[in-house]
Amino acid sequence: MFTYYLQLGLRSLRRNPMLTALMVMAIGFGVSASMITYSVFRAVSGNPIPEKSSQLFVPQVDNWGPQQNEKGEPPGALDYIDAIALMRAHQASRQTLIYPVMLSSPQPGSSSTLVSTGGYAVMSDFFPMFNVPFLYGNAWTGSDDEKRAADIVLSEEFNQRMFGGANSVGKNITLSGHDYRVVGVAKHWDPSPRFYAVWSDSAFSDSPDFYVLLNRMLDLQIDTSGRNSCRGRLEFNGWNQWLQSDCVWMMPWVELDSSSEVARYRQFLEAYAADQQHAGRFAWSPNIRLRNVMGWLEEQKVVPPESRISLAVASGFFIICLVNTIGLLLAKFMRRAAEIGVRRALGATRHEIYAQYLVEAGAVGLAGGVLGLVLTAAGMSGVGLLFEPEIAKLAHLDVSLIGLTLMVAILATIAAAFYPAWRAAQVQPAWQLKSN
Amino acid sequence: MLKMTHLSKVYRTEVVETYALRDFNIDVKEGEFVAVTGPSGSGKTTFLTIAGLLETFTGGEYHLDGVEVSHLDDNARSRIRNEKIGFIFQAFNLIPDLNVFDNVEVPLRYRGMKAPERKQRIMDALERVGLASRAKHYPAELSGGQQQRVAIARALAGSPRLLLADEPTGNLDTQMARGVLELLEEIHREGATIVMVTHDPELAARAQRNVHIIDGQVVDLAEDPRFHTAYAAAAGQVRG
Repeated sequence: MFTYYLQLGLRSLRRNPMLTALMVMAIGFGVSASMITYSVFRAVSGNPIPEKSSQLFVPQVDNWGPQQNEKGEPPGALDYIDAIALMRAHQASRQTLIYPVMLSSPQPGSSSTLVSTGGYAVMSDFFPMFNVPFLYGNAWTGSDDEKRAADIVLSEEFNQRMFGGANSVGKNITLSGHDYRVVGVAKHWDPSPRFYAVWSDSAFSDSPDFYVLLNRMLDLQIDTSGRNSCRGRLEFNGWNQWLQSDCVWMMPWVELDSSSEVARYRQFLEAYAADQQHAGRFAWSPNIRLRNVMGWLEEQKVVPPESRISLAVASGFFIICLVNTIGLLLAKFMRRAAEIGVRRALGATRHEIYAQYLVEAGAVGLAGGVLGLVLTAAGMSGVGLLFEPEIAKLAHLDVSLIGLTLMVAILATIAAAFYPAWRAAQVQPAWQLKSN
Repeated sequence: MLKMTHLSKVYRTEVVETYALRDFNIDVKEGEFVAVTGPSGSGKTTFLTIAGLLETFTGGEYHLDGVEVSHLDDNARSRIRNEKIGFIFQAFNLIPDLNVFDNVEVPLRYRGMKAPERKQRIMDALERVGLASRAKHYPAELSGGQQQRVAIARALAGSPRLLLADEPTGNLDTQMARGVLELLEEIHREGATIVMVTHDPELAARAQRNVHIIDGQVVDLAEDPRFHTAYAAAAGQVRG
């Protein structure tokens, strides 16, 4: 019967092209506005590492105290002293510190011209913790961390620029005047938002070119190219004084595989902060946090407020379009009350009439969805008018958004047709036939 | 085939109750051709819609083909309409968007019949009413008489045991009306039970049996004094 209902629906839609066009346009414009803003919202609010987001944690220790922290919250990163202390304690199955660095590299084809290239100083556990996929080679090892080796992992894109995409493992690359040995090339991997660098760097900036050994960067006294935050004294005499300051700039991550490990690590943080208090370094009670990936993104307010607002406004617009569609469907269906009476007299049940009109609404929804897809594709170019460029670039029409657009259009229209179709199914055949 | 006992139909509003049928009794045997006559507003069409399960009744009993129908739900009533009853309306009630073939197909679709059998039945029904060559025409392209023959084909396609006709010639001229009546008589001769509501005494006279309704009740013309005034006046209106 579905095919029969669909034939009847399409015939009915062709009979009133103006009414049909109005409904299709209402659905099309409504769904496209929602999908354009949703594509941005999805990119900024999704879980960037769903397979492990509940096992990866950011430890926070308050080294500023209640007078200087923000609303009782510990700072979003660690100073050098605490960061190194936590790593040395090694209380998690995997752990890493991260900070962004900016180095210079020769421009391909011209060894005399240098260009800036950005990456992250990380520890060996970074790669297995975050499931970084490799195209060639592997990550360096924990012993390489200890040896402070001059090892580097390139991104697929950087490897393409520097080595034409060939297997560069074992080759040397010179960055800011220092040689590094390529031990691996990571496959394209850039979780969005870039959760591991949310505090120190933009969550949506250009993807990194390389990952370099953190100890090596410290030895070379290469400072963070991202955010740092200090309280009190802001002038430092030399690198060592900077390292001993209360400025926070190192992003710690730990992997904890069970709730008992999480509880144990939290106890460890409490104990560490208490030790610092007893040692006189902290003049306040322990104030620590241990958030997983989604908790961390929430705390850092990664989703821009304009993304939520625009999604809410677009959804409201879609609802208004649907309300209008309800009215149009009601008018369209009830105009055919006489036909409904005849069908009921000839043996159609109320359910069959209901199904017939829901299928007809589904056809309207499909047409509205197709129009919505065209408008969504066109509207993607205008996302930059609403959002910052680095956010706007995240909006794109992929297979899942195409499917979602069509599904939302069809299901929303069918939902809008529940009442009009119900009214149609309630038509009393005797009244219709008598009135004729 | 069709038996109503002490049946009543009341339309209620907040201020008034109107009896469309009151203590209504009728028994139509299988294979009968019964004409139901009566003045306007006497309850003829209400009787027909209740007989066709298009409307529920307020009290009494109604047995259709041996089944008491008052407790049937919408699905069961729809199935009985689809399988046992054929309707012919004064206004034809063809669906204007569908061509002749598709109009005749409607009841068969709801029966869940396979396409080849549907096609065979539709073409047989159209052959029978002499409109096989017009299968692809739309109702607006046909005369009134042809439209009513399509409606009859639609009613016949499902091989119903009971044919309910409401003023089947009311919208037709004399010649077309005669053709439609001859078709109904032929269908009756082949064994169908027909109940026909009509204002036309001449048409009623062609049926096997006449049932007269006045004020929502079946009356015996010979004994009911109302007949001599009401029915004579109605007949006079029709003739006039």
